[in-house]
Amino acid sequence: MLRRLRPWLLWPSIILMLIGAYGGLWLVPMDYQQKDAFRIFYVHVPIAALSLGIYMMMAAAAAIGMIWRMKVAHAVSAACAPIGASFTALALITGAIWGRPMWGTWWTWDVRVTTEVILLFLYVGYIALRNSFDDLSRADRTAAVLAIAGSVDVPIVKYSVIWWNSLHQGATVLKFARPSMDTSMLWPFLVMFPGVMLYVGAVLCVRVQTEILKRERNARWLSARVVSGPGREYGDSALF
Amino acid sequence: MEIAHYFDMGKYGPYVWSCYGLTALTLIANIWSATRAHRLEYQRTWRRLQHNPRSED
Repeated sequence: MLRRLRPWLLWPSIILMLIGAYGGLWLVPMDYQQKDAFRIFYVHVPIAALSLGIYMMMAAAAAIGMIWRMKVAHAVSAACAPIGASFTALALITGAIWGRPMWGTWWTWDVRVTTEVILLFLYVGYIALRNSFDDLSRADRTAAVLAIAGSVDVPIVKYSVIWWNSLHQGATVLKFARPSMDTSMLWPFLVMFPGVMLYVGAVLCVRVQTEILKRERNARWLSARVVSGPGREYGDSALF
Repeated sequence: MEIAHYFDMGKYGPYVWSCYGLTALTLIANIWSATRAHRLEYQRTWRRLQHNPRSED
């Protein structure tokens, strides 16, 4: 099922992201304060928001795996980590690049930025902890504890700009109130965000399949599938 | 408006383009690494089954 689902997630995501990027780069008018630098918003915000969303998915899957002892939940949790880590690192880098012309510095120990760095450490710690065990079921249980405990950081990242004085601007779109952005500037974000979400879904499908292969390598149902599959010469892209 | 203006973006061009470029690279790298990990795991399982076809439920 995951294999059939992948192209339906990936191709629409590519189309949506291209439209969003084209709109963000060329079609929307420049911001009156930030000028053209604000165009970074269309890549930075979806990536940063999903770095939090993926962590919540990872922690929720880890909790489900712990409580109901579901192997597939642990597989989903493990699959989330590398995607989330790369998104968090990218959010920090694009944020630093945006910060240079706007704040006059590449880096500042602002609350939002610092808590996002902690999120990156949590992802890296989760991956390192997993890799330190040979036994997958022990790795699942131990890493799940870290994932669940670390989820405390997510609301702190999200609401840090409200709870403390921060150099980082407050929420523009992802808030309960009306977006503080005109529709003529908002639409590329509304295209880009679901595009990046679909992309995450497509990559997650492949990573979950890999995790299931690791966990079920001795299961008869999987052996039958692998033997009747593309074989050793399997070189096609697993995603397309 | 000139095409050069679109790329220059009033001196913010390097910041904007580097962000979009890095994002594209990260998205491509994620696809590549997920696909590669899947292919390696699949091949490992396939090879193991060729040498030892017996498996458990």
